[in-house]
This record gives sequence, C-alpha cells and structure tokens, in this order.
Amino acid sequence: MKFTGQVYKFGADIDTDAIIPARYLNTTDPAELAKHCMEDADPTFPAKVKTGDIIVADKNFGCGSSREHAPIAIKGAGVACVIATSFARIFYRNSINIGLPILECDQAYKAINEGDQVEVDLESGQITNLRTGDTYQAVPFPGFMQDIMAQGGLINYVRHKTSQ
Amino acid sequence: MGMTISQKILAYHAGKEHVDAGELVNCRVDVVLGNDITSPVAIEEFARLGTGEVFDQERIVLVPDHFAPNKDIKSAEQAKVVRSFARQYGITNYFEVGQMGIEHCLLPEQGLALPGDLIIGADSHTCTYGALGAFATGVGSTDMAAAMATGEAWFKIPESLKFVYYGKLPRWVSGKDLILHTIGDIGVDGARYMSMEFTGEVIQNLSMDNRLTMANMAIEAGGKNGIIEPDDITLSYVKERAQRPYNLYKSDPDAVYAEIREYDVSKMEPVVAFPHLPENTRPVSEAAGVSIDQVIIGSCTNGRIEDLEIAASLLKGKKVHPEIRVIIFPGTQQIYLEAMRKGYIETFIEAGAAVSTPTCGPCLGGHMGILAKGERALATTNRNFVGRMGHPESEVYLSSPAVAAASAITGKITPPWEIA
Repeated sequence: MKFTGQVYKFGADIDTDAIIPARYLNTTDPAELAKHCMEDADPTFPAKVKTGDIIVADKNFGCGSSREHAPIAIKGAGVACVIATSFARIFYRNSINIGLPILECDQAYKAINEGDQVEVDLESGQITNLRTGDTYQAVPFPGFMQDIMAQGGLINYVRHKTSQ
Repeated sequence: MGMTISQKILAYHAGKEHVDAGELVNCRVDVVLGNDITSPVAIEEFARLGTGEVFDQERIVLVPDHFAPNKDIKSAEQAKVVRSFARQYGITNYFEVGQMGIEHCLLPEQGLALPGDLIIGADSHTCTYGALGAFATGVGSTDMAAAMATGEAWFKIPESLKFVYYGKLPRWVSGKDLILHTIGDIGVDGARYMSMEFTGEVIQNLSMDNRLTMANMAIEAGGKNGIIEPDDITLSYVKERAQRPYNLYKSDPDAVYAEIREYDVSKMEPVVAFPHLPENTRPVSEAAGVSIDQVIIGSCTNGRIEDLEIAASLLKGKKVHPEIRVIIFPGTQQIYLEAMRKGYIETFIEAGAAVSTPTCGPCLGGHMGILAKGERALATTNRNFVGRMGHPESEVYLSSPAVAAASAITGKITPPWEIA
C-alpha cells in the first residue's frame, strides 16, 4: 500500500479526548465522528482535512481511553496514515484492528513540516518527503498485519480468510 | 530465568510453561468486559463476524455506566443496543441501571474479577483488576468483539517495571498519591507497553480500595497493566465474593525487570496533578490556593467506600464553600448503601454536596457536572486532558478524596491537615 498526502502536524501526547472528545461518543457512525476529529487539538482540523491527508505527530499518540472511536474518527475523516514518534498501546492495536495505517518513525516527525507532501510505502516502511526528497525509514509491519490494514481491519481480514 | 507475575498469568492462559518478554501468544481469557460506549461498536463487529454465538454467556460482562442513566436520546439508543444484545445472547452479567455501578468498582465487588484471571475490557481502566493479582488490560471494541466470539485474544508478553514503596506512609497520603507521584516520576508514557508491578512494605499494608486506585491509573503512565501480588488482604477481599476457583501467582525471585524504582514515602505529601496531563504533579502544599469551581469525588479511581469515608470525615459538620459545586458519585449501589448506613450520605448532603447515582458521568465530560469555558475542577478522577470534563478551555486538577474534600470546604486547593 502506497499513499501520497499533505501533512498535518501535531505534538506529543495527543490523547484520545483530543482526537474525539467524549461529548461525541453517543454515536458509532464514522462520518459523524469524523466531523469532530482532532477538534480539541485543532478546532479547524475537521473542516480542512481532505481525503488522503497524513497526520504526523510526536510521542505517545493516542494515549488515554480505549475508545476505538479515535482511530475510526481519523479514518472517517479520510486520513490515509498516521506517522508518530510512538503510539500509545491501545490506540496502536485499535488502529490495526480497524484498518487505519500507522507507522512509528522518530526521524519523520523531526524532519517533516506541516503542509509537506509525503509519500508512504507501507510495505517497505519508507516515508519520502516530496518537498525535500529526503527519505525516512520506519520498521515495516509483518505481512499479516499489512494484510489486516489492507483489508480494512481485523474483522474483514478474518472473514476474508475464513471464506477462502 | 524467572517470570514476573504478569508473565506467569499470560503463560498459564496460553497453555505454556514459560514465556519471555516480546513473545507473541494467543490466550484464553476469563472475562470480557464492555460498557455503553465501547460495546455498541463491538456488537456491530461481532455481528459482522457471523459466529452467531458468544463463547460463554457467563464470562461476558456488560455495564452501561458511561452515559447511563441515559443522558440523551443517542445515548439511550446505544444503551438499548447493549441491552438487546445481552437479552438475545443470554448474557448473565448485564447490569441494568439500578444494579449498575462504575464497571471497575463493580467487577471486583461482585467477585467477577479474581486473582490469576486474564481479563480484557473495552475500557482503558480495565487495568484496575491488577490490584487483585489478575492480569487485566484495556482493549478496543474489535478485540472485544473477537473475544466475545472466541474467548481468546493475542498478547505480546510485556516487560515489567517494578516499583518498590518503602517507609512509613504519612497520614493523608493514599494510594492515589502514590500512583500520581509515580506517574509524575516516569511520565505519561513511562510504562508504555509494559507491566507496572507495585511492591514493597507500603503496598503490603495498603487496603484493597487503595490498591485498586493504584492499579487503575497504570494506563495513565502508558502501562499495559498494573499488578500487585495477592496476599492476605487480597484473600480476605475475594473469599466472600468469589464464585469460581482462582489462582495465586507471585513473581519469581529471579524474574527480570526492565527497571526497578524505589520510593521512600515517609516524607511524601498528598499529590495534585495540574492540567493537562496526569504527569504534571506537585505536592499539595505547592498547589494550595488554586481557586476551583467544582469538586468531583468518585469515579473508577476513587469511588469506593474508603474514599467516601475519608471525604465524609473531612466534610462532617462543615459546609461546602458557597461559590463551588461539589458532586459525589458512589461507585456502586452497594457502596452507596453502605455509605448511607454509615451516615456519609447524610454528611455530604448536610454539607451542601450533591450525591449522584453511580455513573462515570463527568469524569469523561459525559454528563452530571460538565464544566463551562474557563471553569476549573478538582477531581478524584484519573485524567485531566484538554476538554476532559467539558469545555476545551476548562481545566481539571487531579487529587485524592482527602484533598478534594478539604478543598470543597475552602473553595481552593487545600491540604487536608488545614481542615481536620
């Protein structure tokens, strides 16, 4: 899986309340959740994010609650991939389970600026900054986890596997 | 090479003699938990799996506690999804409003979480049950759905951080202060992916309510689980409650730890976490004087009987400051009843505090005490992120029930010794 998109950059310890405030958790609809995605970190984000955009953030992205609504809101907003220095454990697992591509890359966070166009190759873990031409290497996921993300999440993956 | 208590519990549930940190294992789980926010997503995913049945009707626990009693129509619809699912699949441990309590107060109380268990819950504070010597961790709704169908979940065997608390615990210093101090020391990602094992003479003498508070906040340091070796205090807590066998595990003397940290508690003060992260901790004397608009006493962190007892001891015969609101949430119906019988509820109401039926309510900015722009709360809850309790420009400070009760009287953050 390869994507190219424009970067929105966030800092450290972006928590799940910032990603999707609990006041909006009375629904499970991805489109509804997307309308409030990242709202408490950047109120203008839901209006400006476009399909295919990429989030780049510092350490411990997605800390806090176990709400799967957090990666669902990000995916629902059209974000193609989240790159962070590190992810909080439950968010990390949830992202894979719902098919939101993520990569851990310290170097990418340091070098990429807001607004940069970047290309992400999920298979190799290579991230290319199209503004500078620089590349950054994330550790790629093993094949089966890439398959889970490519199928759009664990449930689709399991259904696909059991139907074969 | 020895194993830690966390590794032993995972090894047992994976059917293995030995596991090493970093190993991936598939485990049988003892309990799968969900609430009214996370279960609806899991129920949709469960339906898509198409297995048509749950792995065990008695091992799934559903607790509508976040937006219940239903705060609005959408929440009522979500609660209805959970209720219908529970009826359709014959889930025995579904707790309707009236029996419902805050999930992490309720499960230990009802004997549904026991030593040696492997528990996953679609709620990040599932780590609370580590206080009983269980391995308990939060997961998302998809993992909950898969586990409801299969009774299994995969895990990466975590490394462990060992925390040793020694010295004489000063008056007014509680489990909440110990865990806030620890989070302040290692940071909100200091235990990311790791087990936090709480040990030492202080822990050995700590009551179960205080232990539950400590394990509850392991997630605030990024921990996969928090755990305390079971002992006589654990056994006396579980023996009347358990309705099935349980296993007692201890870490091997030669277990390997990523790091060991020691804390002398003798000179420790109650701790307050400043906005907007639980790691922003200071001793209460350095927080004294910060004015507040609201005090919340309750939550899965501090809604148990000992929490209410200490709050009542400070509020007895006193009045809540006229310019602030104080709302108290007993964690379960049983805790509520006990607090009533002991006279705490009367004390709270006479002091001018509101007392609510159990709910997570304001802790996550749901209902029952939302903050307006610019308002500031002191809460015995677990998170003080931006917008956590309401408006994105409101603030939450975290403390123990003693500090919260003392501050309720003065209207500003106050060390409890100034009131008692």
